[in-house]
Amino acid sequence: MNFELTEEQILLRDMVRDFAEKEIAPQIGAFEDSHLFPAEIIRKLADLGLLGMTIPSEYEGIRTDYLSFILALEELSRISPSVCLIVSVHTSLFSKSILEFGTPALKQKYLPRAARGEILGAFSLTEPGAGSDATSLKTKAAKKGQEYILNGTKSWVTAGSEADAILVFAQTERPEGPAKLSAFIVEKNFPGFKVARIEEKMGLHSSLTAEIALEDCRVPAENLLGEEGRGARIAFHLLDGSRIGIAAQAVGLSQQALELAVRYAKQREAFGRPISEFQAIQFMLADIATLVEAARLLTYRAADCYDRGLPYGKEAAMAKLFASEAASKVATHALQIHGGYGYSKEYEIERIYRDTRVLSIYEGTSEIQRLVIARNLLKDS
Amino acid sequence: MDILVFVKRVPDTESRIRVSHETNTVVEEGLNFIISPYDEYALEEALRIKESKGGKVTAVSVGKEDALTILRKCLAMGADEAALIKDPLEETYDGLRTARIIAGFVKKKFPQARLLLFGKQSVGADNAQVPSMLAELLDLPQVNVVVRLELEEDRGVAYREIEGAQEKVAFPLPAVISAQKGLNEPRYETLKGIMAAKRKEIPIIPIEEIGIAAEDLAPRVAVTRLEIPPARRAGRVTSGPAEETARQLVEFLHREAKVI
Ligand SMILES: Cc1cc2nc3c(=O)[nH]c(=O)nc-3n(C[C@H](O)[C@H](O)[C@H](O)COP(=O)(O)OP(=O)(O)OC[C@H]3O[C@@H](n4cnc5c(N)ncnc54)[C@H](O)[C@@H]3O)c2cc1C
Repeated sequence: MNFELTEEQILLRDMVRDFAEKEIAPQIGAFEDSHLFPAEIIRKLADLGLLGMTIPSEYEGIRTDYLSFILALEELSRISPSVCLIVSVHTSLFSKSILEFGTPALKQKYLPRAARGEILGAFSLTEPGAGSDATSLKTKAAKKGQEYILNGTKSWVTAGSEADAILVFAQTERPEGPAKLSAFIVEKNFPGFKVARIEEKMGLHSSLTAEIALEDCRVPAENLLGEEGRGARIAFHLLDGSRIGIAAQAVGLSQQALELAVRYAKQREAFGRPISEFQAIQFMLADIATLVEAARLLTYRAADCYDRGLPYGKEAAMAKLFASEAASKVATHALQIHGGYGYSKEYEIERIYRDTRVLSIYEGTSEIQRLVIARNLLKDS
Repeated sequence: MDILVFVKRVPDTESRIRVSHETNTVVEEGLNFIISPYDEYALEEALRIKESKGGKVTAVSVGKEDALTILRKCLAMGADEAALIKDPLEETYDGLRTARIIAGFVKKKFPQARLLLFGKQSVGADNAQVPSMLAELLDLPQVNVVVRLELEEDRGVAYREIEGAQEKVAFPLPAVISAQKGLNEPRYETLKGIMAAKRKEIPIIPIEEIGIAAEDLAPRVAVTRLEIPPARRAGRVTSGPAEETARQLVEFLHREAKVI
């Protein structure tokens, strides 16, 4: 067992940390406060090559090992979970889907531009009536000549209003048996595509979340990803991998909360001494640090399984479950240590507290992670 | 143009420094080490010169093998090559010794170098000696604390900060230049750079290979004691109408500070 990162992994992690602290931290507050998409930051990340981390060099990306990718997401999230989420969806859901399931023509059409960051990608499975129960979508795709015609409402699409192309899941009719999910690459300028509205959320304010209306939306048949009826498999496979990224997002946020809590505890005085001298505060700090470390190890371990070509679905679900719930506890303790100031918008912990709440909801709720883990357990024995 | 950039591995200025009184050294455990920030300006300048005029940039460090990390970072930022001159000694604080080692290295391995770039000083030791000493040892022109650099084929002009003004210095090449903050804004490594750096070999040159007399390798600086500076005491603020605060200030300067 080896817990050491390689020299390149450290170099990459430190580069992203440095970039996040110097280029994202000073600006992101304004984007968050005004609910604006941080397009300029995403463009700079593209210049560094970070939008192409899941795309191999034949399509102009720079694919790293998965652990390196996870380290980059963690560092982004430490400063901005919104930026982290946008990058995660683009790389580990959108780009990776085309790489793994697309025809050579689709790969040529989208991957080089996605790698360079000239187009931004999104992922749209959820609908108003179907989240966890993802296979019971209402959106329909009907084949008509050389096109599919899509009709329905897709909800909760991260970066949906900003993305140039979205991986959309819809039901395709079959002559025999019930309709099945299929996956399509839908561009924002295809006729019938409309951003219906932007959600008003509790946190992640600069990661805009859109509802998309598809009204007789015409999608060229070659933009079907994989075969008809294979959508569910594609979605679940992709989510297995990208969940490790959400776990990393949780670890990055938790790490930042830990650092803020330690700093505040040393500075703030009460009853004539720094509050860090009270054992009650020390115990909270100890619990926070232990949760962060445990979450990090589960997350790196899942990424390591991925890199070694071992099964990683269960490990990813465990990492996501634990890290996201740990992040909520960490944020609660860290805010508590800040006292009343923690409840003020002037302190970063207030934002972190709101931002952590969603981690145990998206890309599979905690309950769904438990189902995935249990299914793996019962299947194994 | 062959450009050499000299870089040093130093403790992160944001780390909390602890001192061991037994060994009179900085305790390395728990410290984060980085490339000295002024050296990053030097490297960035070298990369920009290469991009506009062509040439080859080699990053060089004198130190132990743990300095390989910062050399790897230089490669990731875009340096063509890197080399480590392996020094068996811990930090000696002996600038002349380092300058002699570098002079020997340049004569032996890079006699064709046209530009030798440094940071104006390394954080940590902060002696600002090595660039000037090296220039003297190699009998090269030098300009220090440079905030702007313009180069032509065989000469250049450098602008340096002096009290209240900027000094413009014209010099022939080859030359030694030391970089000040403001010279440029160093770039971030790109993912591509990091991946390319991974594949490059960094030669490790044992100090003996450079051919320096043993007496010149013995440090001539002895550290007798290393102390953490005392914490700065809180200032005092006087309040009230102007006459009253002025009176308080005079009283303080006279009675307590005893300066008037
Ligand atoms: C900020 C944000 C961004 C998002 N981004 C995207 C995106 O980019 N693309 C996308 O497709 N979706 C996205 N989502 C949607 C997200 O993935 C869903 O919200 C999530 O999957 C849960 O679905 P739901 O909201 O419909 O909840 P429901 O499925 O209705 O769940 C409600 C509750 O019931 C529980 N539950 C459901 N089924 C079971 C069961 N079988 N056993 C036990 N408990 C169960 C759930 O755990 C939950 O507690 C995003 C959501 C948010 C909040």
